[in-house]
Amino acid sequence: MARIIVVTSGKGGVGKTTTSAAIAMGLAKRGHKTAVIDFDVGLRNLDLIMGCERRVVYDLVNVINNEATLNQALIRDKRCDQLYILPASQTRDKDALTTEGVGKILEELAKEFKYIVCDSPAGIERGATLAMYFADDAFVVTNPEVSSVRDSDRMLGILSSKSRRAERGEDPIKEYLLLSRYSPDRVKLGEMLSVDDVQEILSLHLLGVIPESKSVLNASNSGTPVILDEQSDAGQAYQDIVARYLGEDKPHRFIEEEKKGLFSKLLGRK
Amino acid sequence: MSTSSPTLQKAALEFKSTSLTVPVLLLASNDELHIEQQLQEKIAQAPEFFRHSPLLIDLQKLNSQGLDIDLQALVKRVRDLAFMPIGIRGGNEKQNHAALEMNLPVHSMHGSNTPMTNKPAAKTLAVPEAEATKQPEQTLENKLITQPVRSGQRVYAKGDLIVTATVSAGAEIMAEGNIHVYGSLRGRALAGVLGDINSRIFCSDLQAELISIAGIYQLSDDLSPETAHKPVQISLDNQTLIIKDI
Repeated sequence: MARIIVVTSGKGGVGKTTTSAAIAMGLAKRGHKTAVIDFDVGLRNLDLIMGCERRVVYDLVNVINNEATLNQALIRDKRCDQLYILPASQTRDKDALTTEGVGKILEELAKEFKYIVCDSPAGIERGATLAMYFADDAFVVTNPEVSSVRDSDRMLGILSSKSRRAERGEDPIKEYLLLSRYSPDRVKLGEMLSVDDVQEILSLHLLGVIPESKSVLNASNSGTPVILDEQSDAGQAYQDIVARYLGEDKPHRFIEEEKKGLFSKLLGRK
Repeated sequence: MSTSSPTLQKAALEFKSTSLTVPVLLLASNDELHIEQQLQEKIAQAPEFFRHSPLLIDLQKLNSQGLDIDLQALVKRVRDLAFMPIGIRGGNEKQNHAALEMNLPVHSMHGSNTPMTNKPAAKTLAVPEAEATKQPEQTLENKLITQPVRSGQRVYAKGDLIVTATVSAGAEIMAEGNIHVYGSLRGRALAGVLGDINSRIFCSDLQAELISIAGIYQLSDDLSPETAHKPVQISLDNQTLIIKDI
């Protein structure tokens, strides 16, 4: 049975697409056949982060309109043969998405794939609500600041009331919290909300904390999901997240300030 | 000409509605001899009371048991016993027709004019309805919420509202009765929205954006810091919201 994961947040710029790319790659690297779909029609980004922007021929809207088959539109990742990308259309807008169309695509993908990751656009409009409508699990990406937390809270309300599971009265969508761009020293200075602050407001199961890291920007610019950068803290954080999602017990990292050794203190290195 | 006659200037009649108490004969058997015998016994207890008494014949119970009765013969028997039948109710189509032929009105069971055709259902409906309407109304309209009420969500209860989780900032909970929140209350809470000044708000951690009872409200800015983050109850006294520790 395929699991449909929606990566959502409400607010823009918190790291939804980075997260979608990372966890899709992480799941695929562990041998699970995974598809990742960009729902941000009109503002296509996922293909850039995945580094397949030059291989896009057909997109999600083409498939919905029966202008292409699903197999024609799916792009196989060059680094991992278990991973496929379904890009969004850059020339259309979100009104091109229909519930029936999306439902049909997900149903078809579910026959072949173990995990289907839906990269939701920002906002709570059509694209975002359709990305989460069919979901089984929701990764709520939140930055440790008040407006992002409130938008996530709003999104959680929509997840619990407007999904297919809610409408059919089935078990609710499983919601997980991913706290991204976290910086323990700024939390210490009181410039950022702490994990506990966010947890108190959202009361969600914490799947992982992704530290603020230069490696994320580097990875995005080079079209490599950050999870493949095994040296980076963000990459390791995403690996932990994938492991925890798959049921492994991993202690949380990157919440406390890193203790600097005498050596790095002397050299002023981080 | 009659148009100029003063008597016709005034309305000669007027229709009004009234309700009166009438004995109802509830039949549980179609054995006419049996019925007559038992009626006579009743009459013997209070002959004056029953003489020329109006009588409504209720056939519902009989029909629910699938028993039929010769309505014409029955009416004759009760008339012979000095009752004055004023109609039937709960009859089937055939019985209603027979009643109308005898110039007896057909009354509806419960105000609605649709004759009961579904007998077994009618039986359960008929008796408890009058007394049952009040009780469940009060218990069933209360609402229990066990999931967090998220930002942007609205919850409305026709009675009391009990939330055993957090109410987030930007959420709105409303009740015609009291509100209980056994988590942090960060959103808006409005109790007694239909004007019940006796309703109250109870919460275990007051951080609300707005609290209101019967339309009298306070914003979080106006809340004193002493009561913030504490378990409190909020009541209305003389147009003022009173916040007390519990």
